[in-house]
Order: sequence, then structure tokens, then C-alpha cells
Amino acid sequence: MTHEQLLAMLPFMLLASASIIIILMIAARLSHFAIQVAGFLLLCLTVLAMLYVRDILPQQIMPLFIVDGFAALFTGVIIFSVGVVGFFSYIYFEEREENPKEYYILMFLATLGAAVLTISRHFVSFFIGLEILSVSLYALIAYLRNRNNAIEAGVKYLILAALTSAFLLLGMALFYMDTGQLEFNAIGEKLSGNSAGILYKMGIALMVVAIGFKLALVPFHLWAADVYQGAPSPVTSFIATASKAGVFAVLMRFSLATNMQASPFLMYVFSGIAIASMVIGNILALRQQNIKRLLAYSSIAHFGYLIVAFLPGSTEGIQASIFYLFAYSITILAAFGIVTMLSTRMKDAEDLNIYRGLFWRQPLMAAVLAVALFSLAGIPLTAGFFAKFVVLMSGVHSALWLPVIVLAATSVIGLYYYLRIISTLFAQSPAVEAQHKPLHPFFYFASYATLFALMVLICALGIFPGPAMEGIREFLMIR
Amino acid sequence: MMLVWMISVFFIAGIACWLASFINTAFCKWIALVAAVINFVLSCSMFYDFRNASGGTGNWLIDYNINWIPYFGIQFHIALDGLSLVMLLLTSFLGVLAVLCSWTEIKERTGFYYFNLLWTLAGITGVFVAMDLFLFYFFWEVMIVPMYFLIAIWGDSNRRYASYKFFIFTQAGGLLMLLSILAMYFINGSDTGTYTFDYFILKNTTLSISTGRWIMLGYLAAFVIKLPAIPFHSWLPDAHSEAPTAGSLILAGLLLKTGAYGIIRFVITMFPENAAEISQWAMLVGVIGIIYGAMLAFAQTDLKRLIAYTSVSHMGFILLGVFTFREMAMQGVVMQMLTHGISTGALFAMAGMIKERLHTRDINNMGGLWTGMPRMGGYALVFAMASLGLPMMGNFIAEFLILIDAYEVSPALTIIASVGLVFAALYSLRMMQAVFLGPIDPSSHVKDVNAREYLILISLSVAIVLLGLYPQPVLDSVKEVVQSLIHKNTPA
Repeated sequence: MTHEQLLAMLPFMLLASASIIIILMIAARLSHFAIQVAGFLLLCLTVLAMLYVRDILPQQIMPLFIVDGFAALFTGVIIFSVGVVGFFSYIYFEEREENPKEYYILMFLATLGAAVLTISRHFVSFFIGLEILSVSLYALIAYLRNRNNAIEAGVKYLILAALTSAFLLLGMALFYMDTGQLEFNAIGEKLSGNSAGILYKMGIALMVVAIGFKLALVPFHLWAADVYQGAPSPVTSFIATASKAGVFAVLMRFSLATNMQASPFLMYVFSGIAIASMVIGNILALRQQNIKRLLAYSSIAHFGYLIVAFLPGSTEGIQASIFYLFAYSITILAAFGIVTMLSTRMKDAEDLNIYRGLFWRQPLMAAVLAVALFSLAGIPLTAGFFAKFVVLMSGVHSALWLPVIVLAATSVIGLYYYLRIISTLFAQSPAVEAQHKPLHPFFYFASYATLFALMVLICALGIFPGPAMEGIREFLMIR
Repeated sequence: MMLVWMISVFFIAGIACWLASFINTAFCKWIALVAAVINFVLSCSMFYDFRNASGGTGNWLIDYNINWIPYFGIQFHIALDGLSLVMLLLTSFLGVLAVLCSWTEIKERTGFYYFNLLWTLAGITGVFVAMDLFLFYFFWEVMIVPMYFLIAIWGDSNRRYASYKFFIFTQAGGLLMLLSILAMYFINGSDTGTYTFDYFILKNTTLSISTGRWIMLGYLAAFVIKLPAIPFHSWLPDAHSEAPTAGSLILAGLLLKTGAYGIIRFVITMFPENAAEISQWAMLVGVIGIIYGAMLAFAQTDLKRLIAYTSVSHMGFILLGVFTFREMAMQGVVMQMLTHGISTGALFAMAGMIKERLHTRDINNMGGLWTGMPRMGGYALVFAMASLGLPMMGNFIAEFLILIDAYEVSPALTIIASVGLVFAALYSLRMMQAVFLGPIDPSSHVKDVNAREYLILISLSVAIVLLGLYPQPVLDSVKEVVQSLIHKNTPA
């Protein structure tokens, strides 16, 4: 391993050491506050390290990893999401749990897992990353173990994730049987020229099960609503953003290496999955009264949209999907941020009735949520609009008419339930209950400021997406 | 630059209203009024400046273009020709009246209300001048969202349903249009190598007939939903009747016109052959709309729904006129856009005033109002007559011009359409009869119009009569636009 290769791994090593540092801090009985601050600083350090090593990229660390612009972008999305989630976690866990500190260990491990996925170019690192991510998520989902739904959600996720990991392993075995390789590029080279055999197709099918599960694509979506509802709100937003970004990154890298998009059969499969996700996700969300479940179903639909950008396999498609993922992450973080902030000690703010007339009681929070929902619905002036726009653009450019038209049609269906929440926000307010003083003024303020910043970011990306797109393109050149 | 000012005045004043409401809610309406008046003055002065500006440099009076998102070839490109100019005039005129209409009606959340009102106006203004297709779509959406809020928050009892329906219908059309825009963007891009959303460049894209057909249908979907044409009209009565007065005024007076404007500006300009292909069908749909809208209007008992269905009927004339591709009919269409905006806007404003007094929209609970408010009765008669197409009112000119040219293209359809005028007389007179005449309810005690309402009604009736007696300035200012359209649509 050369010096440069070591340097390129620096951000990931920092992430790995972060969880150890947190363990040591807990052993030293430092306060929750200190751990929170340390965690935040470590994330900042990781980002700085990424910027620092940017010039020496790309670096291949044979045979497992490749650190390039593509990985840097996805890791950036992941770290950003985790940073925001961390902010919202303090008040949430301080209020609800006697041991809030261990949460951060798990969170950093999960982050490491997701980040490893973005740099893996080999099935072994893929699997290791996926397992680090999954195992920490089992515990994170069931973290508030006194709640009714938490254990149910955790066990559900555990069983299904374990099952799909088994599928993935079998899929890898089939790949190995077919090509004798586990490296993505080597598999791609073996395959080029000769048409894909039945073993390869079966391998792909099994892998799709595992990835579809993680991304909650139809028909592997059954866990989503229960887990979103049962998990603590910050963890839910982690699942919705960082964990899915990591898995999507590895799917993208694998498909590019093996030139998956060239195979019409596979594209039919993925189009089918995308269409099913868009249709079913949106329809299931229509009558939902629980906002966490609603966002779960909407995320199914959104990853369907994302797969539309994945279908062309062009640079344009990759850019579109990264932009989409980034916009979606900001938006969903803002939405779950509001859910987190409004949650009470006993119960998360899931019921739509809690939001009735919020705009007249807490205008800022309601404005953030409304902007986030408009962004999810893809209304102009928000990031979600441009995200949908670039996805449509890549789809239209590749003449994928069916998925594109389904995307447009299902967005209209989706509009209904977003509008339902928005009109609830603006409805007549019930009697205003007494405002109690925030318990942790510093973090209360920080969370508020974060939410506001997210809202501004959503609007800024919606009005001037040019710089972001340029940035994404520049990073993608590093390969 | 003038146009940028107009749009930004609305945007900025909207935000100012919202902020001012945290200090004192009385400021909001004044800010809104000042902004609307400024824009009205601006557009009047532009109309004055360009009254005889027919140069050899094409019919573009103002052209302003800066880069917005160069990455995608998106520009902030706005331009003004005669058609845009008269539409801007209408927008700013009705904008002032919309603010005046809401003066006492809106008592809750005033700041946010005026914010939405002004942003809707800003969006509409933008739609009428945007010459970049992306920008056009952008403004198209910007006008929908605040309108949704106007209906959803300040609307009547069934407002939720109405607002969803409005938003979902228009959004569905809008997304199809977006797909068409993107398809043109890529077709043009791969042909010429430059990827741009500029209207003037995309206009010249050569499309095969079959591709062009699909792309045109995407645009048409957005515009006929907005217009609305049968069978996409069902959002309209709900939205119009549930919206607050100013909302109905803007919906009927301006939002519907964006559909008509879109058809003229984009559909028949960019796809002349394809538009000619479907012209018979489009005219048929227009005529069905005229008759069907009139019949439904006759059957309504809800005053605002009644007026809403008259819009469906009147918009049928627009569809009929546009697809004749003839000069006079086209001028009639532009006249119809203006006069319908004024006359229907006035009827909605009056329905709002009556509702403020009687707290009902049901015409069965009205009657004999003339005794209590003779002045309003008089004005109502004026606008009822305008709406049934009596000579001397602008509507007559518009419908007359359309029918003359339509007769040459399709006599059968025109005869049926003329029957629509008889129906118009029926529903207008029935409305007058039921609301203002008939037995008096002795318990009711209504005040006649006050000064503010006077101002609204006088300015509207002056406008409608002026357009009826001397429509020449309008016809002049759209003449070049219309001629270039006709030129393009008649094969040499």
C-alpha cells in the first residue's frame, strides 16, 4: 500500500476510529453533550480529510476498494445526512433514553458501513459494508426498546435483512461460478463479448433481491412502513438517506462495471421494478394518516423515480441520480427533522392531527415542512423539482418513454397526499396549548437553525441548481 | 428591464406583505394595493409607449435575456409583443381590482393572503412574457401553488376538495407539457448541437408529423385543462365557487387566459401542421363546450357555479376561434380573452359582494335584491348583458369576430355555436331574474354598494363598454402578432 493509497483511505479510517473514540469517551464517563460535540467534530474532520485528499484521487486499493470522485460524492451525501441526523439526536435521545450515548457508536458504525459501500469494487467489500450497516441498524431501530413498535420493527428488519443477505451471498456464489471472479471490473471483462448465461442472470436476480430490499423497492418493500414507524425518528431519517445512498452507490458501480444497462432483459427487470415502486408506493401513501408511514411509502416511490435515472446508465443519468439523491436527502432530513422536533417524550409526532394548524402556531417549523413536502412533490422553487427535472431529462434523452410517463403520472397521484399534509398544516388550529420552555436551549436553537438552513438549501438548489450540477460533474470526472 | 420590474414588484411586495403582517395587518393591503397600482401604471405606460410601435424589426417590443442556469441552457428570457402587452394590461388591471375585492373580505391571516395573491399575479405576469420554455413552465407552476393556498385556506366550506382538484388537474397537464418541452429540447439539441430552452430557437425545430403530434398533444393537454375545454373542465366550477372573491376573479379573469395564451403562443405557432390536423376536432370540442357550458350554467342554483359554467361556455369560443386560423377570428379570440376577463371578473366580484351581505351563494335564497340595492342591480344588468353578448359591450365584438370567420371554415359548427348565444341570454336573464328581481324577502336588509365597491364596478363597466365601442387599439396592438400567426398557418 503506497502512501497515497493510505491517504485516500483517510476519511474512512477516520470514520472507523470515530466509533472507537466514542467508546473510549463513554468509558471515561463523559457527558452526552461532550460526545455529541466530539461526534460532530469527527464528522467535520472526515469532510476536511475528504477535501484534503481530493487532489490525489482516484486511487485504487487493490483489490477491494476504489476511492474516486463518484465515491466521494456519495460519501459526501452520507456524511452530510449523518451530520444533520446527529444534530437532531441530542434532544430526542436525551429526553427518552437513560443511555443515549451508545447510540453514537452504532451511528458511526452504520455510517462506516454505508461509506464502505460507496468505495467497494469487490463483492467482499460490498458484503462487509452491507453487514456493518445492517448489523448496526438492527440495534439502532430497536434502540428505544421500551416502545411497542420498536422491537417489532427491529426484529422485522433483522429477519428480512438476514434473509436477503443470504440471497446476496448465493448470488455472489453464482457470479463466482460463472466467471471465477469477485471483482466488479473483472466480472465485467469476463462477460463482455459472450452473452450473459443463466447463472449470471440468476446471480443478478438474487442480488436485486438484496439491493431492492435495502432500497425498499417494490416488491421488497414490505418492511419499510413498519420500520420507518417503529424506529426512532433520527434513525428513520438515517435509513431513508445515508443507508439507501450507500446501497444505491454500490448498485450503480456494479452496473457500470458490468455494463448492465446493455442487457435489455435486465433493463426490463429494472424498469418493471421502477414502475411498480412508483405506482405502488404512491398508491399506498394515499390514505395514510401516520406521517412516518406516509413518508415510508413516499420513499418507495422516490426510489422508483431514482431507478428511472439509473436505467440509461449514461453519465447524465449518474449525475441526475446523484443530484436526486442529494436533493431527496436534504428534503427528507428536513421533514424528519420536524417530526423529531415535534415528538414528545412518550410518542413520536406521527399522527397527522398533531400537525393541524401548525402554521399558525409555529410558522417556521410549518414552513420548513411545507417546503420539504413541496420539494418531495416536485414543485418549482424547490430542490425536488430540479431533481425530478434532471431525472425526467435523462429519461427523455434515452427515450425511456414508459417509465418517464409513469413517473409524471404517479407524481400527480403523489401530489394528493403531499397536499393533504400541507392543507392540514394550514388548517384551522385547535386551541393553542401552553408553550413550554425548551429543555436544552443550545440544541433546541441548533436544531432550529439546522432546519432553517435545510430549508434555505432546498430553495437555493431549486432556484440555482447550476453550481451543484457543475460540482457533481467535476467530481465525476475524477475516475 | 421594465418587465423584470413588473414581475419583481409583485414578488417583493408579496414578501413585504407577509413580513408587514407581523407588525400590523393593516399595512398588508396597502402594500398590495400600491404594488398592484404601480404595475397597472407601468403596463399602461408601456401600452402608451408602444401604441404605434409597428416597426420592421419584428413584433417584439421588449426583449430581455440573461443566463439563469447555463448548465442546461436555461435563460431568463422575457419578451413582449402586442399579445403579451394586452394580457399584461388585463393582468395588472384585474390585479388592482383583486386587491380591492379582498379589502374587507379577508379578516384572517391577511399577510399570508396578500402574499399568495401577489405571487399568483407574479406567476401570471411571468407566464405572459416568458420566452424560455423552462421559464414558462416555472412561472406556470409558480402561479398554481399560491392559488392553491388561496382556495385551500380562505375558500368556502368545500375548499379542500376544490383545491386538491384544481392543483392535481393543472399539475397533471403541466407535467405532460414538461415532457413535451424536454422532448423538443433534446430533438433540437441533437439536430443543432446547442441545447437550449429558448422559444425562438425551439420554434424552428423541424419535427416529423408524427413526433410533432405527440409533442403538441403534451402542450395541448396543459392548455386545454387550464382553458378549460370539455371534458377537462370539471375542476373549474369547484375551484371557482370555493375560492374567495379575489381568487375567483383571478381564476376566471386571468388563469383561464393563460391556457388560451398558451395555445396561441405555443401550440399553433410551434406546430402549425399538427394544429391544422386537429383543427376540426378542436373546433368541435369548442362548440360542444359552448353549448354544454351554457346548459349547465342554466341549471345551476349556486351563483358562483353558474358564473363558472358560463366561463366554460365562453372559453369554447376561444377554442373555436383559434383553430380557424383566420385573422379576424384570431383578433376576436384576443378580444374574447380580455372581455371575458372583465365581464366574468365583474360577475364574480358581484357574487362576492352579495355573499358578503347575504352569506349565501344559493340563488333560491335570493330575490328582489334590486329594491335593497338598485345600484348594484344596475351594474349586474350591465355585466349580464355583456355576458350574453349584447352589442356595445366588448363581448359582442369578440364573439362576432369569431363567428364571422368560423362561418367560412365550418358553417355547421358556427350555426350551432350561435345557438349558444341564445343559451347565453337564457342563463344571464335567469340569473338576473332570480337574484335581483322577483319577490322580496322582507327579513333581508341589505346595504347598497359602498365607495370601494363602486370604484370596482365603475372601472369594470367603463372598461367593458370602452372595449365594445372602440376596440381598435387592442386590435391594432395584436395585429402583427396575429398576422404572423396566420401567415405561418396558411400554406403558401
